[in-house]
Amino acid sequence: MADISIRNVAKSYGKDSIMQGVNLEIRNREFVVILGPSGCGKSTLLRMIAGLEAITAGEIAIAGQVVNDLEPRQRGCAMVFQNYALYPHMTVAENIGYALKVAGVGRAERRAAVERVAQSVGLNEFLDRRPGQLSGGQRQRVAMARAIIREPRVFLFDEPLSNLDAKLRVQMRHEIRRIHNRIEATSVFVTHDQHEGMTLADRLVVMNKGTIEQVGTPEEIYDHPASVYVGGFIGSPAMNFLPGQVSAARAAVVLGDGQVLDLPRDVATAADGQLVQVGLRPEQLTIVAPGTAELQARVDFVEELGSGRLYHLLVEDLPLTVLSPDKHALRDGDAVGVTVRPDALHLFGAESGRRIDARGARVAAPQVVPA
Amino acid sequence: MRRAYFKANWIAALLVAPQLLIIFVFFYWPASQALYWSLTLEQPWGGGNTWVGFENFRTLLSDAYYWNSVRVSFVFAIASTALAMSMALVLALFADRQLRGYKFFRVGMIWPYAIAAPAVGLAFRFVFNPHAGILSYINEVLPGFWDPTVNGTQAVIMVVVAGAWKSIAYNFIFFLAALQSIPRSLIEASAMDGAGPMRRMRDLQLPLIAPTFFFILVINITDSFTDSFGIVDVLTGGGPARATDLLVYKIYADGFRGFDYSGAAAQSVILMVLVMALTFVQFRYIERRVHYT
Ligand SMILES: Nc1ncnc2c1ncn2[C@@H]1O[C@H](COP(=O)(O)OP(=O)(O)OP(=O)(O)O)[C@@H](O)[C@H]1O
Ligand SMILES: [Mg+2]
Repeated sequence: MADISIRNVAKSYGKDSIMQGVNLEIRNREFVVILGPSGCGKSTLLRMIAGLEAITAGEIAIAGQVVNDLEPRQRGCAMVFQNYALYPHMTVAENIGYALKVAGVGRAERRAAVERVAQSVGLNEFLDRRPGQLSGGQRQRVAMARAIIREPRVFLFDEPLSNLDAKLRVQMRHEIRRIHNRIEATSVFVTHDQHEGMTLADRLVVMNKGTIEQVGTPEEIYDHPASVYVGGFIGSPAMNFLPGQVSAARAAVVLGDGQVLDLPRDVATAADGQLVQVGLRPEQLTIVAPGTAELQARVDFVEELGSGRLYHLLVEDLPLTVLSPDKHALRDGDAVGVTVRPDALHLFGAESGRRIDARGARVAAPQVVPA
Repeated sequence: MRRAYFKANWIAALLVAPQLLIIFVFFYWPASQALYWSLTLEQPWGGGNTWVGFENFRTLLSDAYYWNSVRVSFVFAIASTALAMSMALVLALFADRQLRGYKFFRVGMIWPYAIAAPAVGLAFRFVFNPHAGILSYINEVLPGFWDPTVNGTQAVIMVVVAGAWKSIAYNFIFFLAALQSIPRSLIEASAMDGAGPMRRMRDLQLPLIAPTFFFILVINITDSFTDSFGIVDVLTGGGPARATDLLVYKIYADGFRGFDYSGAAAQSVILMVLVMALTFVQFRYIERRVHYT
């Protein structure tokens, strides 16, 4: 059992407050991915769980025990560092076995454990080498092995794959997920690669400037982004945003240039008169003949992707991208129509940036843990 | 490595010339003179010298006083190096645990190294004075307990402490810089692996600063053979009863007080060879073991 509770945690360096009121419940054996842009505090949060960074306010509990004042070694976490942090003067075997050596495990038993773990990450041939004699991918596996060998309750990963090439990255991603399942640990994985986050996570945590924007399964976050920020951050190519105003009378949102997109009546009623941002995902839009769809646009330019095309359109002067497997014969400046599936229309308050649903309220806001 | 090269050789020659000149004037020329004198018998009041071959060396090596000096020099070198390095290392390890802005200390702590040896000697003459220094209080309770002017062992201790003090700060700065250059994530990784501060020191910090340790070792040993004249001269004058008669001091005493130029020249040749041999051995056998990859 190793669930992790993060309650009202804040962090500041001197006067600089870099994290405020973070709440997060991580369940036992869950794989949680923390996603966010550079500098948003992902590493800091992870390091506070590990015990490498003091917690300025709030508390963190692992398996029910508050760990604020515990040393890293008392917390039962293993960590894979972004730069691997291998001991340069030790061989691969010594690196992997170091935790056991410190714990006083005997030489023979240690050797056996090292070999078993090295086997599982494919490092057997390299046991007598120094880290300096390994490739990036091999080093990364040593770092993994060093964490695995302790059979930790909690696995912490700080962007462990960011230095690898695309192919190795996918391989290691699968390997990490497999290891997580096998040793039945709770994993917290930090990345700024949304693809990595989406594919690995049981639940995603999207962070922005030291706060949590949204917590949910990858699907929830993709389908119901809680804010303009999350909508724009998750999904590639990025979500389109068009400003408009809700009209209950017309059961629609009226865009700046007077074009109208239908809304479910209850949503329109709840948000009548509000200024909004309409979020539209490029892959959920379809290009049709001009005049036959609700949205009219012009072609700005087209990008060839091989598997399909990315159409850069203009609605009045605002950019709108459409991703489609269909290869329309369009030239720059052509007029087109764009159909919008009703369930693909995301509505956010222009001022608040928060999602507006049928009740005109926020949905899927960050979980709040009762104190 | 990229090699820079100059189109015209004379530019290169011009650039190295000043250094060559300095090295020549202050090393090769006096060294060759010393070598020449050591093979001749020099008249103290002038009047030419006669070639005697290795006679000076033979005399020296059969001189019990000389062997005493060799022994004292080694004791001094080992003791003062050990003291200076261990103190500096302990201080640096403590400082490293707390410190981020060590650059400030670097300036403050380098000063002792810049103080001339005789000044250090003078300072310690007061510190260790049996009548007025810090240990004079013990002498009030136990009369005669501390008196390096009589007790040879105490005189050696005094010289060792003064010699070590001079290099502690220098060593400290190098050790601290080396410790600070160990990536923080390595220390963190070992903390995650369960190692406490002492364990981290032993398994990580000490092995990782080994190259610096070696460098400091060479410098300290060399220094203690060649740069201890001022301390001895001011503190003990080689006494009592030749207890602190270090090789460098003896060269001076024999040459300029005893007017045995040839004997002194032979001694300096031996000292020079000794220091070179020590440095060579250290580079050859120790350095090899402290670099990774
Ligand atoms: N020791 C420190 N002193 C002051 N500010 C710090 C310190 N360490 C981190 N910060 C600040 O805290 C913020 C969060 O840093 P953190 O390392 O957690 O970002 P991150 O989300 O992991 O970014 P990245 O994806 O680039 O690794 C940054 O704005 C950073 O400048
Ligand atoms: Mg980071």
